[in-house]
This record gives sequence, C-alpha cells and structure tokens, in this order.
Amino acid sequence: MKEYWHSVALEKEKCNGCTICLRRCPTEAIRIRDGKAKIIKERCIDCGECIKVCPYHAKKAFAHDLKSIEKYEFKIALVSLPLYGQFELDNDINRIFNCFYELGFDKVYDVAYGADVLTTLQSDILKKSKRKPLIATLCPAIIRLIQIRFPSLIDHIIPIESPMEITARLAKKEVSQEHCLDFNKIGAFYITQCPAKITSIKKPIGIKESYVDGAIPIKSIYTKLLKIYKDVKKNDKIQKASGKGIGWARVGGQSFALGLDNYLAVDGIENVIKVLEEIELGKLNNIDFFEGYACVTGCVGGPLNVENPFIARNRIRQLSKCYGDKSLEKSEVDEILKTIQVKWTEKIEPLGILKLDSDIEKAIKKMELLDKINKKLPGIDCGSCGSPNCHAMAEDVVRGTATLEDCIIMLKKKVDK
Amino acid sequence: MGSNEKNTGIKLEYEILKDDFARAGEASSGIKKVLRQLGIDSSAIRKTAIATYEAEINIVIHSEGGKILVYIKPDKIEIIAKDNGPGIKDIDLAMQKGFSTASNRVRELGFGAGMGLPNMKKSSDEFYIESEMGKGTTVKMIITL
Repeated sequence: MKEYWHSVALEKEKCNGCTICLRRCPTEAIRIRDGKAKIIKERCIDCGECIKVCPYHAKKAFAHDLKSIEKYEFKIALVSLPLYGQFELDNDINRIFNCFYELGFDKVYDVAYGADVLTTLQSDILKKSKRKPLIATLCPAIIRLIQIRFPSLIDHIIPIESPMEITARLAKKEVSQEHCLDFNKIGAFYITQCPAKITSIKKPIGIKESYVDGAIPIKSIYTKLLKIYKDVKKNDKIQKASGKGIGWARVGGQSFALGLDNYLAVDGIENVIKVLEEIELGKLNNIDFFEGYACVTGCVGGPLNVENPFIARNRIRQLSKCYGDKSLEKSEVDEILKTIQVKWTEKIEPLGILKLDSDIEKAIKKMELLDKINKKLPGIDCGSCGSPNCHAMAEDVVRGTATLEDCIIMLKKKVDK
Repeated sequence: MGSNEKNTGIKLEYEILKDDFARAGEASSGIKKVLRQLGIDSSAIRKTAIATYEAEINIVIHSEGGKILVYIKPDKIEIIAKDNGPGIKDIDLAMQKGFSTASNRVRELGFGAGMGLPNMKKSSDEFYIESEMGKGTTVKMIITL
C-alpha cells in the first residue's frame, strides 16, 4: 500500500493521554500508547473531531502559514465560504476579500463562485441520473468515510470537483494569461476551515493533482484579519457569487441552491453514518440527493474556524439572502466547462483497511480469536488500555499491537488472586 | 460467535424481539462490521446486510419473535432467519411483490410495503422458505463469495 499522508496530527508535548479523542473518533483511528495519543494514519479521515474535543489543544492540522506564499511570484488567495461567517458584517463581503491584499496576496478569488458553477452542473447530473440517492462530493471526510466503511456506496458519489478546486483552476488560468506566467510561478492558497480539505490538496481523491498549492487555516490568520478589517483601504469588487453559492457553506445549502425538495441534508459525522447505513440497506432509494457533512452545521462548523458554528451559520444565511438566489446562466457554465476540467479523472477505490487479513481463511481464524478475547474482556469500554473500546482492544491483540495485560480490570483481577 | 463444527467458519447469532422496532437493524449492522473486518467484497456485504435487515424487520413485524443465525465461510455466507410463529398461510402469495399482511400501525411507520421477502430473495443467490401454521417460518439464504 502507498504511504498515506493526512493532515490531522498530534502535538505530543500537549497531549496528556486522556481518552476523550480516543472515544470520539468515528473510525477508531486513535490509540493511546506510552501515555500519548497516536493516530493510525490509514484509518484517519481528517474529520477533525479530535481537534474539536481535545481539552489540551494537542491535535492540530498540518498546514501552511503566510511565509509559505512568498516563494511564488504571484500569490492567489482562495477565500473559503465559511470565512464569510466569521465576521460581524456590514453586508459587504468585499471588505473581507480586500483584507487579503494586506496579508501579501496579489489577487483574491471568491470560492462561492465555484459553488455556483457546481450548482448548475449538479442540477444537470441529478436530472439525468437514475441512481438514487446521489451523494454530494463536498465533504472530503465523508468521501473517505465511504471508501472505508461504505464502499458499496462509492457509485452514488457525484464524480465532480469541489468549489475550491474549480475556483483554483479558473484563477490560475486567468492569472497565467493576464500576467504571462507559468503555473508553477503562481501559488494558489486556500484559506481553510478544514483539515480534510488540506488533505484533499496534498492527496486528492478523484484527480491526479490539485491546482491548489497550499492551505492556510482560518484561525491562524484570524486576528490579523480582524485588525485589517477595521480600516481596510482597497475596495476591489471581488465578490462574484450568488447567495445560493455562498449558502454552500452550511448544511442544506447545496440542496437549497439546487432547488430540491426530496433531499437529505445531514450534519455531524455520527448522524451521517446512521443515514449512510440506511442508504446502504436500500431504504432511501426514493431520495434524490444526500449531502452529508462531518461537522455540525456544515463547513461553517469546520474545526479550523473561530466563530461559534451556529452564529456563523446565521450570518451565512443572512448573506445568502442579501446576495440573491440567481443561478448562473447555463451558457456561462458551458463556457467554463470548455476551459477547465471539472469531472473526476480517477476512479475511487474502496479502502479495505479494516480487514484483519487479506486471506479470508486467515481472517476468519483471526475473527474467532478476536471473539474469544472480546468475551474475556470486561466490556465496559473504559479506554484505559489505550484502545477505544473492548472490542477494538481485542482486535488490537489479534493484530499484535496490544496485549491482554494492557487491560487494567483484568490486571486487577490477576493481582487480587 | 464460535467455531462451526468441522470447517473454518464463524457463527453469529442474534435474538430478535417481537415489535421491537427501535432495535431492528442492529443485527444487520453488526454483521456488516464483521464482514468488513473479514475483508469480504463490498457488494456481498451489501447483499448480506439487506437480506438480514429485511429478515429482522419481518420477524419484528409479523412473528412472535425469533432468531437470526449467520454462518460465514470462506466461500459463502449462510443466513438463517427463524421465528416462533404464527407461520405463513400462503407462501406463494407472500412472495409476491407488494403483498403484505402488515397492520395499519406498522404501515404508518413506513414498513409493511410487501417487499421484504422479494428483497430477501433478490439479495441472495439461493433462497429457501419453509413455514408451518402455528409453528413458525424459517428462511435460509445463501450468498456466494
């Protein structure tokens, strides 16, 4: 298997080895070993749940900082949708966009416009598709979750790019023509709310290579932005998207933009898992569209945001209203489609990382052993052994990464004897 | 769970209670987790999940309670759904799409569309059903790997 890279990481010195993240991880990707959390990288979907719950702020996302833009001759900021919800606005998003010039960027793009393009494109795909429900591509953590836990639903995923990627392609094309620059001299940086987005830049799903060169977390530049925002000097008209495009920042925004009635919009990774289970059972074949987000409230609740997700969502809603609900003309989208690729070029493969062995007979033997061990364990899922629950501990013993003595209850019994 | 007499294999067993809608789906979800860990191909997992889920729902709605047994072997998955009655009067009729004896209360919950048995048959490679009035129904389904 190829080495897998992902964004969420541990700051070892801050971790005190508590079990909070351990139990919240939806893919059981965390273990506590030698008193510190450890992420099993193949299992991590970068949902950022652990970043949100860690009381010691020991989980972070590998990302870029403002220094890293300097190595490019021309610097592009791709402003992510959730950022619009991070400020008390006087109804003009352009003020936020213009702040980025003072941070050192040469040009700023409105990612919500990419969402507008996708609305038109998705609407077309939904009309033509017989498969139900189609699953939105936007949340990369959900796509990875499907690869790992619901591989039979891969064919339901709409195989198109994200607003970030589309905006990056349009931006680079435009800048390269206007300034006669090669692509490698242009740096496009996504101002990100989300570790899974960072991963999707470095290890994209569905395409060979991302057009985005890096990602800078919203929270790492937030205070700088706040200071600039007060009296930002430039006033370029950068805002381009409709209210519908902006609305993609919150759960339900895609379905609203698409004008759908028969859809499911679900936020919070545990809720998403429950609905995917139902889809896999064929119970929801009457639903047209499913948009699922790892984060509560959608991207506006991403772990690298600053503002309370519900307050930010309210602002997004207000902004959507103020920028109107006009969709892009089909002809405008057709023109765009002529210049850039928006469909996925690579097949999405199931990731069989949960399996005990690639040989089924051996896997069955291991499963029997796992069950035997599991029955011996106390079943209280305390997490003290370093595995998220007793079943996972039994699995770790079978895989050879834990021993029965790691169980405190069993050890106590032994000592008592 | 435990070893199946002679060959390599895994046996899973789930008790299904009458009228317990809230727990319906637990068996199929548990089976899915085991199959994923065994590295079973995703379409076989989906078929097994649907077959077990429909069997679970049938036992919850129509029977006095029962059991679901799943035997996993390297070449096939065998599902046996066994209930404690009352039995099916006319199996041919019960196998027809859209036929259901479910009560209005059950239908209001979104179940009882008459697709249970047809879906079970469709999801399995081999399908057997036996029923005796007053005693109960046994459905056996095989999904080849």
